[in-house]
Amino acid sequence: MITVAELIREHEEESLENRAYGFWLYLMTDAIIFALLFATYVTMFSNTAQGPKPVDLFDLQHVFIETLCLLISSVTFGFAFLASVQKKLASSVGWLLITLVFGLSFVVLEVSEFLEMINEGAGPQKSGYLSAFFTLVATHGLHVSVGMVGIMMMTCQILFKGLTKPVCSRLFRLGLFWHFLDIVWIGIFSVVYLPVFI
Amino acid sequence: MYAEAMPGESAVAAMQGSLLFGRLTLDAIPFYSWVAMGGAVVTVFTVLLAVLWVSWLGKWRYLWSEWLTSVDHKRIGVMYIVLALVMLVRGFIDAIMMRAQQAIALNNEGYLPPEHFEQIFTSHGTIMIFFMAMPFLTGLINVVVPQQIGARDVAFPFMNSISLWLTAAGAGLVGVSLVLGRFSTAGWTGYPPYSGSDFSPGVGVDYWIWALLISGVGSTMTGINFIATILRCRAPGMGLMKMPLFVWTAFCTSILMAFAFPALTVVAALLGLDRTLDMHFFTNDLGGNMMNFANLIWIWGHPEVYILILPAFGVFSEVTAVFSQKRLFGYPSLVYATAAIALLSFTVWLHHFFTMGSSPNVNAIFGIATMIIAVPTGVKIFDWIFTMIRGRIIFHPAMLFTIGFIITFVIGGITGVLLAIPPVDYLMHNTTFLVAHFHNMLIPGALFGYFAGTQYWFPKAFGFKLNEFWGKMVFACWFVGFYLAFMPLYVLGFLGMPRRLEHYHNPDWQPLLLVAFVGACVVLVGIFSVFMQFYVSIRDREQNRDMTGDPWNGRTLEWATSSPAAPYNFAVIPQVDSLDAFWAMKEKAEAYSCKDHYDPIVMPKNTGVGVFIGGAGFLLGFAIVWYIWWLAALSLLAVIGLLMFRSSQKEAYEIISAETVLSIEQARVRHYPEVQSAMSERSPS
Ligand code: HEM
Ligand SMILES: [Cu+2]
Repeated sequence: MITVAELIREHEEESLENRAYGFWLYLMTDAIIFALLFATYVTMFSNTAQGPKPVDLFDLQHVFIETLCLLISSVTFGFAFLASVQKKLASSVGWLLITLVFGLSFVVLEVSEFLEMINEGAGPQKSGYLSAFFTLVATHGLHVSVGMVGIMMMTCQILFKGLTKPVCSRLFRLGLFWHFLDIVWIGIFSVVYLPVFI
Repeated sequence: MYAEAMPGESAVAAMQGSLLFGRLTLDAIPFYSWVAMGGAVVTVFTVLLAVLWVSWLGKWRYLWSEWLTSVDHKRIGVMYIVLALVMLVRGFIDAIMMRAQQAIALNNEGYLPPEHFEQIFTSHGTIMIFFMAMPFLTGLINVVVPQQIGARDVAFPFMNSISLWLTAAGAGLVGVSLVLGRFSTAGWTGYPPYSGSDFSPGVGVDYWIWALLISGVGSTMTGINFIATILRCRAPGMGLMKMPLFVWTAFCTSILMAFAFPALTVVAALLGLDRTLDMHFFTNDLGGNMMNFANLIWIWGHPEVYILILPAFGVFSEVTAVFSQKRLFGYPSLVYATAAIALLSFTVWLHHFFTMGSSPNVNAIFGIATMIIAVPTGVKIFDWIFTMIRGRIIFHPAMLFTIGFIITFVIGGITGVLLAIPPVDYLMHNTTFLVAHFHNMLIPGALFGYFAGTQYWFPKAFGFKLNEFWGKMVFACWFVGFYLAFMPLYVLGFLGMPRRLEHYHNPDWQPLLLVAFVGACVVLVGIFSVFMQFYVSIRDREQNRDMTGDPWNGRTLEWATSSPAAPYNFAVIPQVDSLDAFWAMKEKAEAYSCKDHYDPIVMPKNTGVGVFIGGAGFLLGFAIVWYIWWLAALSLLAVIGLLMFRSSQKEAYEIISAETVLSIEQARVRHYPEVQSAMSERSPS
């Protein structure tokens, strides 16, 4: 005869596995959103309407540092996850906080880039091209910001609940999300910025 | 009216209006036409009446704790279908108003001002697709799929509740637009530049955008939920090729939902950015390109028609087999045809704008791709016909809908293949021929299927059968009404009548439009019969109880449970080793065995968080439509807060004790002797 506690544990385990699976599916739907934004960006590339062109807009150094921040944050998230697997609570929280710092730097750099462009009169209202640029890049930035809220929440959960199974499983999913955003950024870097510099 | 943003003005549109109420003023109440005012009054009164009625019955607590907060897939499914039926009435009122207008508006203005007529065809199309058909099929999938695969629930019960309430929030936004402000006049596809702020400065298009965005997120989540449910929660032994056909169609529909709806999200969001933040994705000036809109919306839009139709195909497959009392003919071919249709549906979107300037070669490729879809569809038609051949057909209303569908759908398919020929499309594009064609697909191909599904699965959801006389009335009226209402439109299309026409000067058109109006009146009787059927069946429910859980001598697992199914569906998860799993159990005489001991069962507990998220989603949409930014920020924070609250909470469970399970199961098998005699009477030789 099975006890209720065992039944609940079984149920919980199954539902955590389902969630990991469902999260992959969610990432696919999100990937489609980005793919369509990329396609829109590419089709609007030359629709600058006598406004500023891509070559006039970007600063390689700025973008390079941005990229570096995000790539490093992905690595540090990896460390946080590994620490959580080894049940090292303090080190996991530490790496999460470091990730948060890099994520925050990324967002701050991005916002400063946006503000600079808007001040120079190259805001999203200027042309179809700029609308597409801002929408694509800001959608990614918005995702990163959501991810940072997630990191803060997970930090609290780890501190208050410890590295329980549900917490670890959430951390795993947040990690998928974070690395996914890295991949999207590499796409943005290669499609939006790189062609301008080469 | 509203402060109008002048074209080319550089200030961001979103800055207009007062701090507290944005651009919402008393002008929002529709004083501009007595018909619109009437609509507003009727809407408000209907809502008030519903509230009073529930209060009078004293059922608020019951409604809240048993239904609205439920995470049980069966109850969520029922709520989806209730929403769909309400919206069917709303959408149909729009339809018959248009039919009445066109019946009288020869050489005069009719009774609807042009702007109001435009709102009506837009809201009719939007409501019928997003808030009638989508909830209807989602509801059926919810009620049936977990039971057909031998599962206790969906993979993500809580997310299921969020999906429902986001859909309801979208429907609510369309409803509010009747009372405050106006609805879009840009048609159900909202093509820019007309739908941009230069030409449609009011709130109408914004209502449309936010209704679609919010309910679209719900549909995406439903898609994810059912892909996961079908792939991960099947009973042991049920391989993919042993899934009932309805599960297969639900699976393909879910894939389409998850992978097509993001395109709708993107296109609606970009249009919203154009309108609210003065961007230039689709404007005429400053580098906008409206062809991007046409492509994006139809990349979602064509898969969408298969989202609507595939589940109906699933229903027809189940119904044909059961009411022909035979195995489904050509199960593998039906599966492959379904999958092929789902795949091909992503490759044909351009046929919606053949006339918009692609090169002949591009048009030819998409035309051919479109025609190819007719092949798997034809395969299905033959499979259903072969299932019926030499079967002992029972003319239950569900079966009548199926037969009516097969006959009518073939006509629609033929006109579809006609339209797939680009030169022909150049002639017929934007005429009533097209209107006839897509109604010819959607009414028999989708709605008849949902009606058949309702007739067929109602006992499983509620424990008693629907009245068959009124069921036959529903069928007869919709069938006859459909032909009367839409066959004239084919002819009118050949006579050159454009769609979306408010009044006209060609006397040749009027007789046919009068016939179409009569058809709509017949459909009105059909809609009346739908509700009459529910009323009569509920009144006589004691005579029509389904005691055994298997009223039609069914073949699939959902009939292996009591009616209505217990919250947990299956006391013991069944072991499946063939297609038609329940039929096999009956043949082995295992269907009605009862153990003398069961394990307790763990189910997720109800939660109100989904309702609150839907409510906050509604407020968010409403606030952005009216530029009430403080409310928008607040509701967004509420959504985030609710999600964080939920994810940091410990999962709560409902434990169903072993004794309760035992008593439910015993009640079901108590009636086994009756079943046995009924079965030996009815089963084919
Ligand atoms: C028997 C009931 C129905 C009647 C009498 C009816 C009638 C109409 C009429 C008169 C129009 C406008 C045609 C025009 O542009 O000239 C229309 C448009 C439309 N209908 Fe229906 N309809 C019915 C059911 C449905 C259903 C069940 C659906 C979908 C599931 C649907 C979807 C649409 C759509 C998408 C449009 C296009 C709206 C637009 O032009 O933007 N209709 N219908
Ligand atoms: Cu299409």
